[in-house]
Amino acid sequence: MGGYRFLEDVAIADVAFEAWGADLADLLTAAGEATFAVMVDLAAVPAEMSHRVRLEAPDPEALLFAWLEELIYRKDVDSAVFSRFAVTVTEGPPLTLDATCTGAPIRQERMPMRADVKAVTYHLFAVERGQDGWQARVVLDI
Amino acid sequence: MEVKTTMEVKRISEYVWEIPPTEKPGMLVPARIIASAELLAEMDRGVFEQITNVACLPGIYRYAICMPDGHWGYGFPIGGVAAFDVKEGVISPGGIGFDINCGMRLLRTNLTEAEVRPRLRELVDGLYRAVPAGVGVKGFVKLSKSQFQDVMVQGAGWCIRNGYGWPEDEGRIEDGGRIAWADPSVISARAVERGIGQLGTLGSGNHYLEIQVLYPENVFEPEVAAALGLNLPNQVVVMFHCGSRGFGHQVATDYLQVFARAMPRYGIRVSDRELACAPFQSPEGQEYFGAMACAANSAFANRQVITHRIREVFGDVFQRDPRELGLEMIYDVAHNIAKVERYTLDGEERELLVHRKGATRSFGPGEPGLPPPFDRLGQPVIVGGSMETGSFLLVGTRGAMEEAFGSTAHGSGRTMSRTAARKKTHGRDLLKRLEEKGIMVRAASYEGVAEEAGFAYKDISRVAEAVEAAGLSRRVALLKPIGNVKG
Repeated sequence: MGGYRFLEDVAIADVAFEAWGADLADLLTAAGEATFAVMVDLAAVPAEMSHRVRLEAPDPEALLFAWLEELIYRKDVDSAVFSRFAVTVTEGPPLTLDATCTGAPIRQERMPMRADVKAVTYHLFAVERGQDGWQARVVLDI
Repeated sequence: MEVKTTMEVKRISEYVWEIPPTEKPGMLVPARIIASAELLAEMDRGVFEQITNVACLPGIYRYAICMPDGHWGYGFPIGGVAAFDVKEGVISPGGIGFDINCGMRLLRTNLTEAEVRPRLRELVDGLYRAVPAGVGVKGFVKLSKSQFQDVMVQGAGWCIRNGYGWPEDEGRIEDGGRIAWADPSVISARAVERGIGQLGTLGSGNHYLEIQVLYPENVFEPEVAAALGLNLPNQVVVMFHCGSRGFGHQVATDYLQVFARAMPRYGIRVSDRELACAPFQSPEGQEYFGAMACAANSAFANRQVITHRIREVFGDVFQRDPRELGLEMIYDVAHNIAKVERYTLDGEERELLVHRKGATRSFGPGEPGLPPPFDRLGQPVIVGGSMETGSFLLVGTRGAMEEAFGSTAHGSGRTMSRTAARKKTHGRDLLKRLEEKGIMVRAASYEGVAEEAGFAYKDISRVAEAVEAAGLSRRVALLKPIGNVKG
């Protein structure tokens, strides 16, 4: 299980969020949701299409970064937003992510759209493992 | 007066402040901030941290500079300007920004407010339909891969030759709308895929397209204004702010990764990953420069095709040829870019790589390469304010060449977070209030509108006053919005 919240005072010109999860898969799910929640009301996104993502990375930080970078890239290439993610992570090494992202092509008249995300940044970027699971902080360029 | 740093900030003159290199280990040059005392006191802590980090970069010359609209950014602060020796210095994507060649374009018209007001709703709706804006929307220019490569190399010129614009537009764009060293071979497939479908899109966030009015009381230099095409009381102009879209964002993302891997090989360490850099003369540095130019040209092209659509919409609404409506370019400027430029400073002529991140070129009269009438007047500078306060047209000065590597500010800078702005007002309420004030807005996102409310930004007039007082550019006109399209 996981979740996210936006950090109000951290990134004035852009958006910062904190995400957490019991395991890495939950963390990545929450971070994916947070990223798209910046762009659209997730509840308004129907399940019309899905896209599979497979990624490898040497460590959890690199994996989270590559995952969010892929989602932002996909948003522009497919002109689509994703609201549900089914993520599995295998330890390896390397860390491997296999995810199915479900969402829909962007249609402004039926989905309340928000701000566009240009990029995931390294600003204040952090991924940590604690007693209760994983936490991450991400700043997105709007 | 309190500033948000414990580092020493010395006052060099009324509008110039300096943090000495002794204030942070690794600083090679001082860090300068151009601002009034009030603007300096408002600057966030990140500005001081980041501009002093920039002052540590290898090969930096003279000083790192932050403009009066400065606020924290990625690596460099927004409003950051830094010049590097072309042989010994580095190039840093954080000194250009994710939105490569985000910039401003201004068109004039022969129309007055009285002629436009009755058709304002039609115009704003027409522009909203004709210029796709918002998250992930597709552009109206369909390109094959090979055409996209042509756009990367030819910039605005490709658009003009393919029916999107007038031949005389080229002379009214920074660098003629085409940066010469673009190299499509160093662009990743990923960047191509991300960008190819977005030519002819406005973007979202703080990007916008505005119909504005020049009221007589807002003309600062009537002769210069007239020479630039602003010659009617209550003249209507069109200004817009947008950049290279997903293409530029991906190029920046790609090269930040390339540089992160390359830096250890060059013995460079930075305190902030967003300040990743490489020697300008290294293969990686040169490739990024070539890739940056491709993205910059795509942004010039984007603004060019949008210009074409603006002309079409005005033509349709007024049922007249756009040429008859006088819809000529005034100018187009980049405010996220790096250029190799020559300066005579400290008695020597130097070739410098100048980074401008959220800063605009501000070349003065007599600068080589400026076509008439700018060779006589200085180049136009367009600095964007909020949708309530308006935006400025200024001209560049010789002072900018001497003091700030030919640079000036770019806009007003935010004062509160997007979340805080959304809590303070609802988009729908704001639109109603704006309409009551005579400003008609069409937006793809109500939340986006709230985030862009005037109260979320510094007062652009104070920024413009500061750059004029510091001798970097002179105010020509304040342009007030009456119509706005947002993504």
